[in-house]
Amino acid sequence: MERIGYERATSSRLDATFAALADPTRRAILARLAAGEASVTELAAPFAMSQPAISKHLKVLERAGLISRGRDAQRRPRKLEARPLGEATAWLETYRRFWEGSFARLDDLLEELQGGPPRRRAPVRRRKVRPR
Amino acid sequence: MNPGQLTITARGDRELAMTRVFAAPRELVFEAWTRPELVVRWLGVHGGWSMDVCEIDLRVGGGYRFGWRGPGDARMGMRGVYREIVRPERLVSTEMFDGSAREAIATMVLVERDGRTTLTMTVRYESKEVRDAMLATRMEQGLAAGFRRLDDVLISLEGSGGC
Repeated sequence: MERIGYERATSSRLDATFAALADPTRRAILARLAAGEASVTELAAPFAMSQPAISKHLKVLERAGLISRGRDAQRRPRKLEARPLGEATAWLETYRRFWEGSFARLDDLLEELQGGPPRRRAPVRRRKVRPR
Repeated sequence: MNPGQLTITARGDRELAMTRVFAAPRELVFEAWTRPELVVRWLGVHGGWSMDVCEIDLRVGGGYRFGWRGPGDARMGMRGVYREIVRPERLVSTEMFDGSAREAIATMVLVERDGRTTLTMTVRYESKEVRDAMLATRMEQGLAAGFRRLDDVLISLEGSGGC
């Protein structure tokens, strides 16, 4: 069976993105880079970590395509790549939309099965009480 | 919790739990969840998608297979095997989307109170990393726009780290 587009295109990349995002230090690095590009030294500053340790995290982020290197050859700044994050977000949004949309339909079905009218499509009912 | 509101939370190391309240007894919710002629009327059926494959062999070890057709001839499918069936309160199954190597275990639990049913679906992922990534959302807020949108996806992180 043919697969849905986003799944086909991004499944393995999503795994890499999610794994990279799982670590709090790496998320903090991304948070810093969201404010603009930064060198390894600048990135290491807020953490009680050696530069090699930070470099290791940067490699994981780089492999996942979440960051890249800027143009300045001397500072070798890292910068945020928006697209993989966007794909991860899209995946989760699709998941949530799938269930929200489904459950709205299920509400209608359950009401119908209980003898009520489909809720959202039913017109507003006005009960007229006629005096005898 | 308000009825109709979908909540997604973390549980333990590798799980996500989804909670939703329905205005119906749980027997009915269970039926709607397991009878093909009912399932095709709601599961994934919105936004231009319809369900054209719905096979359910509701017994332990029996399989299910769902297929959808969407806008522009798009297709999507998933399948799995039932592992535990306790009518009308519990259903455990594996699930895997077509084209994905990620198999998860889904546990659906129905609790009825005052005629309303609280459905909790727990999906257990193969690794902590995948689950954590699903949670890596609320985290450092005010990041790139992509991160902010993640907050809308997982609206609650209560229960994170505990089971």
